[in-house]
Amino acid sequence: MAAAGSSWGRLPGAAQRLLPIASRHDRLPDEPAMLPFGNGRSYGDSCQNDGGVLLKARMLDRYISFDPASGVIDLEAGVLLSEIIDLALPSGWFLPVTPGTRFVTVGGAIANDVHGKNHHRAGSFGNHVLDFELLRSDGSVRRCSPTENSDWFDATIGGLGLTGLIRRARVQLKRVAGPWLIGDSRRFANLREFFAIATESEADWEYTVAWIDCSGTGRRLGRGIFIRGNHASAQAAVDARPPGNGSLRMPFTPPVSAINGLSLTAFNKLYYHRPGAVATDALWHYRPFFYPLDSIHEWNRMYGPDGFYQYQCAVPEAGAEAVLEEMLRRIGESGLGSFLLVLKTFGTVASRGLLSFPRPGATLALDFPNRGARTLALLEALDDLTRSVGGAVYPAKDARMSAAAFQHYFPRWRDFSRFVDPKFTSSFWRRVTETPNA
Amino acid sequence: MRRILIMGATSAIAEASAREFAALGDALFLVGRNADRLGAIADDLRLRGAAQVDTYVMDARELAGYPQLVDEATRRLGGLDTALIAHGTLTDQPAAAASSELMLEEFRINALSHMVLCTELGNRFEAQGRGCIAVISSVAGDRGRQSNYVYGSAKAAVTAFTSGLRQRLHPKGVHVLTIKPGFVDTPMTASFKKGALWATPSAVAKSIVKAMQRGTPVLYTPWFWWGIMQIIKNVPEVIFRKLKL
Ligand SMILES: Cc1cc2nc3c(=O)[nH]c(=O)nc-3n(C[C@H](O)[C@H](O)[C@H](O)COP(=O)(O)OP(=O)(O)OC[C@H]3O[C@@H](n4cnc5c(N)ncnc54)[C@H](O)[C@@H]3O)c2cc1C
Ligand SMILES: NC(=O)c1ccc[n+]([C@@H]2O[C@H](COP(=O)([O-])OP(=O)(O)OC[C@H]3O[C@@H](n4cnc5c(N)ncnc54)[C@H](OP(=O)(O)O)[C@@H]3O)[C@@H](O)[C@H]2O)c1
Repeated sequence: MAAAGSSWGRLPGAAQRLLPIASRHDRLPDEPAMLPFGNGRSYGDSCQNDGGVLLKARMLDRYISFDPASGVIDLEAGVLLSEIIDLALPSGWFLPVTPGTRFVTVGGAIANDVHGKNHHRAGSFGNHVLDFELLRSDGSVRRCSPTENSDWFDATIGGLGLTGLIRRARVQLKRVAGPWLIGDSRRFANLREFFAIATESEADWEYTVAWIDCSGTGRRLGRGIFIRGNHASAQAAVDARPPGNGSLRMPFTPPVSAINGLSLTAFNKLYYHRPGAVATDALWHYRPFFYPLDSIHEWNRMYGPDGFYQYQCAVPEAGAEAVLEEMLRRIGESGLGSFLLVLKTFGTVASRGLLSFPRPGATLALDFPNRGARTLALLEALDDLTRSVGGAVYPAKDARMSAAAFQHYFPRWRDFSRFVDPKFTSSFWRRVTETPNA
Repeated sequence: MRRILIMGATSAIAEASAREFAALGDALFLVGRNADRLGAIADDLRLRGAAQVDTYVMDARELAGYPQLVDEATRRLGGLDTALIAHGTLTDQPAAAASSELMLEEFRINALSHMVLCTELGNRFEAQGRGCIAVISSVAGDRGRQSNYVYGSAKAAVTAFTSGLRQRLHPKGVHVLTIKPGFVDTPMTASFKKGALWATPSAVAKSIVKAMQRGTPVLYTPWFWWGIMQIIKNVPEVIFRKLKL
């Protein structure tokens, strides 16, 4: 098990105390520097609080009510998205938006205003939150919704856990016929083709995403596989058999990072060329479709004891192709990237949060095993590119962006800081705000 | 479907056990001293499949209240065949060593209340010729140590009491289970530094529910605590008294 309270990137740890939140009716402990901690699926330090206290919000894991007629679910904020599926899918309801892992809490999903493969249709998670209760360190409780305390609602969605503890939330789920998705996957040769397929797919496909082969250089640069899907009707899935719930687990942390250049290239090629890479009318169970990595528990361990970074940026549509191509070229040349490069488009549904990350355009995400200064220098160079086109980097994935970069990406941060609870803080927040504006 | 009384239903271990019961479709009667917490847990257990969930507010130290409690549980569930007794406090040992009044109070919450409830339940289950009484004691009751002998001896009383009760009721078709958890990560132990020996409430709950179904007499959970306690119990007193445990 990873050290309790560590983040997904497993970068060398922060010294922090974990305190229980046994009941949503309890007051917060009397501590000067607190931060809610959900399920630690953020990669960097936005869920870390070096020198302070982490509140174990995951313990607030009770269902409150669920109406199978309307699909409205009322929950404590530590309930996992997987637990929502467990309760609601049998009566035909699914998450309105889901990230690439189902092991995140509702509170974490709100605090990072997470997005999924259906951003072009549904926007981000915060667009589907009906209301929540926010508990502050002074003991006050605010009910927040688009119509009640709406300023607090907008600050807390994407608010990185800093505005107080979300103790309960109501979410509008989405009607589905069952656990299956139907769709296709196809290869594309470069980013131009990617954007063409993405544009063409948005009208008819709810979920779209692409995997890019990071080892491609020259003419192969930007080649990959485009996957799209819709929830399948009950008829289409009549003979389908659910996959086992079986899962693998990284049983130990390998002494050196298993992600070396060779294994990466091999993996990428394999993925691109494997026979299943191209399919039409494919039927997927929701688990492999949305959560391919969830079947390997603690896969983050394979990066070894030094941990890893994930870089996720969003860039506006105009000029996206050119800047992403330049990023891919630099990543390819550096040999520092890893096998997971995910690319997808963001649509125009506006996110509510003052600090929400999604914005119209395209978003790219990939892992970088921690190789120290070389890795940091590359990520800094990627940041320069992101900034040059007016993009942003995702705080949920970040452990290193400079204060100047953050303040540039999220110009409303000062406005937001009025809502920060005086006794709440995070390693991330101190890093990106306490350094003087460069 | 079992009809189950859970005393100390807001305990982390009890709540995790109740989720297992709910998934099996049992009917539950939750007892605790905090109405808000009980209500939140009851709502959750209904959604997790419990056939029925009722709540009852009571301080476990009110020793005279137990006959009425058992009556009420029986009435509201339409019968009673199972109980899980889980309430308790982790004694502040230096304070309880300094004050005999506090020491007695700790015995009330960690031993006498269990013994009273076991007596009430035991007699009724004996009369109806079936039932299961599961009581959470602790590995701490296996040997008194200077760092927590007030809590430990209260648990030792529970262990000895349930052992005797088990012998008495076994021929009558009533199962008595003594549960001895090791270190479990719950609010009770929030301030402890956690290491490899620590278990989650849900893992402990799963083993409890299995032991209740199988008719196990004594459960060490996780299982390796049996081995650890064999060693600790067998250290001769002349050596033990010099140890800083
Ligand atoms: C494999 C994988 C795939 C992912 N894919 C995606 C993706 O596709 N899209 C995407 O958007 N993200 C993705 N993520 C990131 C993940 O969805 C977010 O980091 C999410 O916020 C993690 O939630 P958590 O419950 O683990 O919270 P943590 O990581 O523990 O905390 C996240 C933030 O939420 C705050 N918080 C937690 N609980 C509460 C509460 N009760 N009240 C107030 N604040 C709270 C914390 O303070 C912190 O700021 C992925 C992560 C992984 C590991
Ligand atoms: N955690 C461990 O490592 C460990 C190890 C061995 C044995 N145990 C035993 O396991 C059992 C469950 O404990 P836990 O670990 O789950 O801890 P917990 O979550 O702190 O539960 C303790 C429970 O006892 C209740 N309680 C305390 N005093 C009470 C009173 N006067 N009246 C009514 N209820 C009272 C508390 O109610 P409130 O919610 O109202 O406070 C709480 O629900 C206890 O008997 C404990 O001794 C625990």
